Amino acid sequence: MNKVYPDALSALHDLHDGATLMLGGFGLCGIPENGISALVQKGTRNLTCISNNAGVDEFGLGLLLKNHQIQKMIASYVGENAEFERQLLSGELEVELIPQGTLATRCMAAGYGMPAVFTPAGVGTEVAAGKETRVFGGKTYLLETAFDADFALVKAWKGDRMGNLIFRATSRNFNPLMAMAGKITVAEVEELVEPGDLDPDHIHVPGIYVHRIFVGTNYEKRIEQRTVRSRS
Amino acid sequence: MLDKNGIARTIARELRDGYYVNLGIGIPTLVANFIPEGMEVQLQSENGLLGMGPFPWEGEEDPDLINAGKQTITTLPGSVFFDSAMSFGMIRAGKVDLTVLGAMEVSQQGDIANWKIPGKMVKGMGGAMDLVASARHIVVAMQHVNKAGESKLLPQCTLPLTGLACVQKVVTELGVFGFDSLGFVLLERAPGVGVEHIKNHTKGYLTALGHEPEITWP
Repeated sequence: MNKVYPDALSALHDLHDGATLMLGGFGLCGIPENGISALVQKGTRNLTCISNNAGVDEFGLGLLLKNHQIQKMIASYVGENAEFERQLLSGELEVELIPQGTLATRCMAAGYGMPAVFTPAGVGTEVAAGKETRVFGGKTYLLETAFDADFALVKAWKGDRMGNLIFRATSRNFNPLMAMAGKITVAEVEELVEPGDLDPDHIHVPGIYVHRIFVGTNYEKRIEQRTVRSRS
Repeated sequence: MLDKNGIARTIARELRDGYYVNLGIGIPTLVANFIPEGMEVQLQSENGLLGMGPFPWEGEEDPDLINAGKQTITTLPGSVFFDSAMSFGMIRAGKVDLTVLGAMEVSQQGDIANWKIPGKMVKGMGGAMDLVASARHIVVAMQHVNKAGESKLLPQCTLPLTGLACVQKVVTELGVFGFDSLGFVLLERAPGVGVEHIKNHTKGYLTALGHEPEITWP
């Protein structure tokens, strides 16, 4: 079994125009930087992107937005990206804003083989429009369906050639869920190790969910809000 | 009148030993600075961290370690990381005792609007809809009036809702407000602020008897 690809371009060779893809990350933390760069290079168009955020103007998904490669964006918070807001208000970009927990749970449902889940988030708001509701124990819930994504692009800290993945700190976020949800999951890792090097008790995503893996290079890991305590 | 720190300090009185607390962006974040000495409160950051610590020392920022406001932070002994589904799992399951968040509008029924101004501003709801649908106590920290000087405490929200009948307490620079079947109830006045002033700046139905105490802190 060898799922290893030499780089992002080869791992995403069949990612086609019009594909639906999930991209892990929260803000710029834990985003698949190499995968995004490869998509910019390939010029893949009419993408539907499922991602918690939309990057910033010059980095992350913002790069795909600037090139008008994204047709539809499904996200929970897009406040850091002026170009996004411009494309949305001008109607160039189709956008579905959904609660963050709903986004996570719709990924999780896909990875667990469940077609739908009930959640109270968004009851009584415009998020509930057209959705089936049901009352359990006196509380109203919305029926939310599992995502159906052609590709998932995730970023892990370490992985092995069998596709087992470990994440680091809060760069975990949506990455394991999306890894489990993609029809084809492509993982980029900072460090590729041999099977057996990862403690089986410490693996976050079993390799059965991961189809392709490659070592990412030149990680920038930009910080959006650098907040510090001064030593003085 | 309270300043932002005064609002945060007032909300900190809601904290109890052993609470798990989610603090939103802005004034709510400041509540962390007023956790009473000796009280153990765990801060939940919905991007996947329980036990949020202070900002890192200069030079020790870790791009893999941020809070939901995308700020660099640190962990504490006992901190734990998890994925976003587990994060919202613990929120949905009612494990988070207290949520403090900002708002653009709150209605006298306890509805909250804080994610969208149609045609003008689209930022998204982030985790707010999940939090207000499930947290056990929900407190709003906000300015009493908007930039145009209009009351943000209204009979009905005019902006798209974040949650329905979920807010239990509102703290503004003018006072602390609860809810009853009629609408807002003035519980405490900010130091030096009179009831008439509060009434004049509150558009929603307000019960204020006139002898509400001024806010005090322990």
